[in-house]
Amino acid sequence: MKEEILEKLKTLAESAKYDVSCASSGTTRKSIPGGIGNAAGWGICHSFTEDGRCVSLLKIMLTNYCIYDCAYCINRRSNDIRRATFTVDELVELTIEFYRRNYIEGLFLSSGVINNPDYTMERMVRVVKQLRTIHKFNGYIHMKSIPGCSEQLVREAGLYADRLSVNIEIPTEQNLKMLAPEKSHESVFKPMLYIQQGVLESSEERRKFTSAPRFAPAGQSTQMIIGATDENDKQILNTSAALYQRPSMKRVYYSGYIPVNSYDNRLPALKQPPLVRENRLYQADWLMRFYEFKVDEIVDDSHPNLDLEIDPKLSWALHHPEYFPVDINKADYTQILRIPGIGVKSAKLILVSRRYGKLNATALKKMGIVMKKAQYFITCNELPAFTVNEASPEYVRRMLTTKKTGKGKDNQLQLSLVFDS
Amino acid sequence: MIIFRYDKTFDGLLTVVFDAYNRKIFPDRLLAEGEPEPLFTDECYSVITQDYKSNRVWQGLQKKLMAATCNMLKYVWLSEQPGSDELIFRYIRKVFDSKHSIEINFADEDVLQVRNLANKADKERLRLVQFVRFQKAADDIFFAPVSPVYNVLPLAIEHFADRFADQKWVIYDLKRNYGYYYDKKNVTEMTLDMTENFPGGKLDTKLMAEDEKLFQDLWKGYFNSMTIKERINPKLHRQNLPRRFWKYLTEKQ
Repeated sequence: MKEEILEKLKTLAESAKYDVSCASSGTTRKSIPGGIGNAAGWGICHSFTEDGRCVSLLKIMLTNYCIYDCAYCINRRSNDIRRATFTVDELVELTIEFYRRNYIEGLFLSSGVINNPDYTMERMVRVVKQLRTIHKFNGYIHMKSIPGCSEQLVREAGLYADRLSVNIEIPTEQNLKMLAPEKSHESVFKPMLYIQQGVLESSEERRKFTSAPRFAPAGQSTQMIIGATDENDKQILNTSAALYQRPSMKRVYYSGYIPVNSYDNRLPALKQPPLVRENRLYQADWLMRFYEFKVDEIVDDSHPNLDLEIDPKLSWALHHPEYFPVDINKADYTQILRIPGIGVKSAKLILVSRRYGKLNATALKKMGIVMKKAQYFITCNELPAFTVNEASPEYVRRMLTTKKTGKGKDNQLQLSLVFDS
Repeated sequence: MIIFRYDKTFDGLLTVVFDAYNRKIFPDRLLAEGEPEPLFTDECYSVITQDYKSNRVWQGLQKKLMAATCNMLKYVWLSEQPGSDELIFRYIRKVFDSKHSIEINFADEDVLQVRNLANKADKERLRLVQFVRFQKAADDIFFAPVSPVYNVLPLAIEHFADRFADQKWVIYDLKRNYGYYYDKKNVTEMTLDMTENFPGGKLDTKLMAEDEKLFQDLWKGYFNSMTIKERINPKLHRQNLPRRFWKYLTEKQ
């Protein structure tokens, strides 16, 4: 019994780990008498794997058997991997016992598609329903909605899950068709729309009756694989920007393509997953969500891809020197947010602190502002005005990208110059 | 230099504030009873902690400060850092001496330092919430050892009492040798004789519940399977999961 469960757990974890989403935020729920657990509102990461990714939820598949044959997926039908299926009871018990030991924040349930989408979705709903109704489990539940399943099942899932998600996987329809001929963007957008309708209707209902049931209170998220197909960053970010227009969409995740099926020649041969690009896309995503940037300010036709060497905010600043220097003691919040090296927290700190008196460079430094970057883009009381305009963008770029070599290395170079001649 | 001595409790510190304003003499240094006097001491005064004095100071602070800022002062106190009591004293003086609220003037050294230290303590509290690992004992009590850098266990208890409301648990600070026991109704402070049953701070195997080992193995197996080998990043791993927590983490054994 024990060995069997352990093997299943390992197999199904291996199959689930390529899904990046792990957030457990967005719902606040107090515990109820006789129930287990609560939801903290902000996410709590309980561990971190050796690749540095957080483990917040028990991210697991109900089964990794699948009728589809998507080129980018490890669980595709034609792959010769170990397959396993959890029973509903096994998965429920695992979730609760892990939760009681403070290993996890809740459950992230996904599944390969068996028989048909509705059959699979129905089994998944059974797991979350049992957790919520029989065991009164109040922890976080994130559930994948299976593309192509019926609206009724999505509606039922939303009553128990905190967050529902459907993955787009490939940013453009044409490339999705190439890698996953059995799927289409429509099969993804339909369940997204069901979720959105559920969320909107529920919040409307709850405005009238506070006791009306909540529907996926933490909204929905989605994921795109980066680097498996030839889309540029402009296409990817435009897709994200369009998704963020939808009222219930909370997060778009970017997953650097890891060659799990390297034998398939529709996919590029990569030595390394595109981790830097992935990072830059997340930074751009943050700019859109928290820094009041519009997507066409970050990428446009003349710069369709993000700069891998410097972050997108610095990159924007170097392309727009006319915007700087910004006066720390006078500029408004949006302007201060645009300064490289100053984040949301620092910008707010500056805004409240300058009411008491003028801020100078020392005060800024103590507040935690990255002066290495910010110095070229600001004026404050006393700073010598050597800004991006005097120094030229090229100079600033060079200063911020060249790595400092240690003293020792310099000497070595000089010595070898002396002795080589 | 003017020295005040007090009993190194939070109420004691508030009494120091009361006495200082009462006598119109303000200390440069705060020392515990019995600590050696520095050179050039002009005056040394011993404060006797009295509840009505500390209460009045605390009420005064609550009138002048946001609730969140009052909490921050408690966090700074529990950080137990050398000099944190003098920092709190200077901060409270600034609060009382200024006509306007000073709590968001982060250009002021003390205001910024209070915020930074409180943030550090809060981060440590959050890490308790993240990294506490319960082991189930044969008598159905869940036991978790911790040893936080700052004395923040009291700040995390509310979270655990709400979350694990239907199980008995003990969270024990091995560094400061005290902990909390929850019996499904109330939380009580307790001290344990740690020597025998808790080798290395962990529950002895013979005291474990029957299925405890199984779930530990399952969790370890799961944890190891979750790593994506192509993305291994030990530096990021240690940054997110500092080494000092590893000894209590089931998955890192």
